[in-house]
Amino acid sequence: MSSVKDWAAPTPISENRSGLIGKGVDRYEGRLKVTGSAPFAYEVEAPSPPAYGVLIASPIAKGVVAAADISAAQAAPGVRLVWTPHNVPAQGERGAKMNPRSQRGSNPALAGKIEHFGQHVGFVVADTLENAKAAAALVRFEYAAEPADLIFEDNLAQADQPEGEEDMRVGDFEAAFAGAPVRLDETYVSPLQNHAQMEPCATTAWWDGDHVTVHTSIQMVKGGQHTLAETLMIPSTQVRLVTRYIGGGFGGKGQAYDDLTLAALAARELGQPVKVAYTRQQMFQATIHRPAVHMRVRLGAQADGRLDAFALEAVTHCRREAPFTEHAANFARSLYAAPNRLTGHRLVKLDIPAAGPMRAPGEASGMLSLECAMDELAEKLGLDPIELRLRNEPETDPETGKPFSTRQLVRCMTEGAQRFGWDRRNPKPGQVRDGRWLVGLGMAAAIRGNFLLPAKAGVRIDADGTITLRQGMTDIGTGTYTILAQITAETLGVPLAQVKVELGDSDFPPAPGSGGQFGAATAGSAAFAAGMNLRKALAELATGDPNSPLYGDDPELVTFGGGNIAVDNRAEPLERLVARAAPEGVYVEGSITPAADARDYSQHTYGAHFAEVGVDPDTGEVRLRRMFGVFAAGRILNAKTAMSQITGGMIWGVGTALHEYNEVDPRYGSFIAQDLAGYHVPAHADIVDLSAMFLDEVDDKANPMGIKGVGELGIAGAGAAIANAVYNACGARIRDYPLNPEKVLAALP
Amino acid sequence: MKTHFTINGQAASLDLDPRTTLLDALRERLDLKGSKKGCDHGQCGACTVLVNGQRINACLSLAVTHEGDEITTIEGLAQGEALHPVQAAFLEHDAFQCGYCTPGQICSTIGMLKEAADGWASLATDDLTADTVLTDEEIRERMSGNLCRCSAYPQILAAIRSAGGLA
Repeated sequence: MSSVKDWAAPTPISENRSGLIGKGVDRYEGRLKVTGSAPFAYEVEAPSPPAYGVLIASPIAKGVVAAADISAAQAAPGVRLVWTPHNVPAQGERGAKMNPRSQRGSNPALAGKIEHFGQHVGFVVADTLENAKAAAALVRFEYAAEPADLIFEDNLAQADQPEGEEDMRVGDFEAAFAGAPVRLDETYVSPLQNHAQMEPCATTAWWDGDHVTVHTSIQMVKGGQHTLAETLMIPSTQVRLVTRYIGGGFGGKGQAYDDLTLAALAARELGQPVKVAYTRQQMFQATIHRPAVHMRVRLGAQADGRLDAFALEAVTHCRREAPFTEHAANFARSLYAAPNRLTGHRLVKLDIPAAGPMRAPGEASGMLSLECAMDELAEKLGLDPIELRLRNEPETDPETGKPFSTRQLVRCMTEGAQRFGWDRRNPKPGQVRDGRWLVGLGMAAAIRGNFLLPAKAGVRIDADGTITLRQGMTDIGTGTYTILAQITAETLGVPLAQVKVELGDSDFPPAPGSGGQFGAATAGSAAFAAGMNLRKALAELATGDPNSPLYGDDPELVTFGGGNIAVDNRAEPLERLVARAAPEGVYVEGSITPAADARDYSQHTYGAHFAEVGVDPDTGEVRLRRMFGVFAAGRILNAKTAMSQITGGMIWGVGTALHEYNEVDPRYGSFIAQDLAGYHVPAHADIVDLSAMFLDEVDDKANPMGIKGVGELGIAGAGAAIANAVYNACGARIRDYPLNPEKVLAALP
Repeated sequence: MKTHFTINGQAASLDLDPRTTLLDALRERLDLKGSKKGCDHGQCGACTVLVNGQRINACLSLAVTHEGDEITTIEGLAQGEALHPVQAAFLEHDAFQCGYCTPGQICSTIGMLKEAADGWASLATDDLTADTVLTDEEIRERMSGNLCRCSAYPQILAAIRSAGGLA
């Protein structure tokens, strides 16, 4: 097993001779996307024309399907099959190869036992989408409903410790808090939120003998492949799962849903390709969501601001049969110094759709609490919020005592303060007016963990010099295609145009997929390893080839650059070498595993958000006026796509602070907002003058390239900066997100 | 119902189910899958196409109502290898991530620039008697019918300014 010490040596990435690493090159697949020719899962061309599947959802939250009458639907024009719990084909148990913490959808698909509103109970396939929809409306169900626990706030008394988890304690929190001269004890609420990816879940499936091919919209290739194989009760080798382009994931497409299961089952039954897409309403009711979290923060400080006691306790919810904990307190374990500490989670089980990971699970909701609490404590102490954080900056991880791999939080805050003009903030709320608007400034820190998972990649060079990287990795809009092309080109010293990247196929060497901000580091490190192995193979090929100008040279002295392989001033183009010495091409694989000592370091990405808002004191409307973030996230691979990722995350924070929430209808267990008119994601007019910058950083404890993730850091803390700006603008301290006009009006002093 | 229209300069004649939306006709009958279905309810704008030069949500329009219309989709914008200036600007400014809303954003931009050139006002227009000036605020308001969950709005604004000669 490797050590982080192995990662400190110079590499083609750190040397960056062609300058491709960090360069803001255009998106690899960008041309396909701006011309509308990137085929998403529902648009893939099947070997023969597909039939259309439509799902029918349960209108009750808990109970059983007592009876189903499919006769009218079966007789409707164009109908090929109608399935209900009573006639759906047998499906295997999922689980053996699944992550046991997965928030899997209903299992099996079309189960007669109903566990949440919107669970699918029927499925119709017809020759056209119109016929399938019309027939679906003709299926008649009878239900035997049972009492259901639907409302989080009504069930807080049953909150329990998540299985296998314990509170984290350092020192004696209770005693230290009781004795602290300055104390804060407040509860903050982050609401239930939905991913609202633009592309609904979709699958196109067809069979060739006993092998099935599915094109589906999923973030994790292997997980989807194994899940489907288990469901179909066939070996994984008979399932090919392809996911080339994904119209947004954000954690919500980390798992397989009923579109995948039923498209594959129906295609087998009919001997014809079948495609199935969720409706927008089904995306809300029958996938996963970010659960609501109640967070109690207790801070006990000395008069100079140093924290003696810190506690963050989070209560959240999940679906009864799909345990998942929104770890809203975890981030705080590494953020601020305090000798006496308590963090923990409690879970309420409900009969509503499954909770699951959504962009920066834990941090996105958790930081909404602590980063406001720090603002409140700063005011109590008469300190600037940045100064309070500086006084609680730890030298080592405050919980474990481990050294930080890198930590530039202080620089993020000070650099951001200077560039944003933080010194213009009046600490007294409600003092600045611009016409009808009360104007305020707020800030918050950002932290998000860094991870590296095992992954493989394959790379080949053909006789024409084309280098093709292949990996069972996904690009959900994050820029994976692009950064893998940059890494491969820089590693092998070839122009970017010489590199092809092929992703999203279970036939390719496996990578864990997109999630947890680990994608670039994990997939990229494997691609880098594959590239290094190809360098080695080509060096040996050249130095062993009597017709090569490098014949007889030491392979260790071979260099790559400008499309050439060389020793000193003897060189030849790669394509000439390969065409002559290995005309069938050269293929190698590479892999990455976490270093044995990686956990000896506390590894995170950091940032600081600064926001300026206007509050209309008559309507309670809050408008963003300006937002700026400074981030430190290791070596940046692509200035353009990384910036898009980080500002995209910040904009999610704007939505979190001002617009986004969902509620459960106590009558039915459905979500009140179930489309994009009811669930308000930020629109273009909501986002004004928003930008960010990255600090220079290389984290040589993170992976061989010193990179980290940027996909989730941008949302961490962003909403709290806006809430703090709202308080500064008008004196309304709102601890229940989002800060919509009715709450602002009610809270105005 | 037999319906005739022009799509991306080509005459098309389809025998259509009257329930078929323009979006489904494009995607499922004409193999023009660039126009996207994000909500099917006119809320997200991913299906935006140009009909007789004006932007509409193709999911809210029944295909049979377009007899004789000239329809332009994302597939009809580039001239061979040469991208339409709006497409090129979106690529250069990284005005998208996952790319699912992008065809709608691009078609909407083209329609919006024409609306502004024709003097149409928006909610952000202060003086209805003056010539329309596409300020940033105007662009944001006029493009708010096209949602981007990846949240590429700052880059979309930059691309539109560049393509519209407003930079």
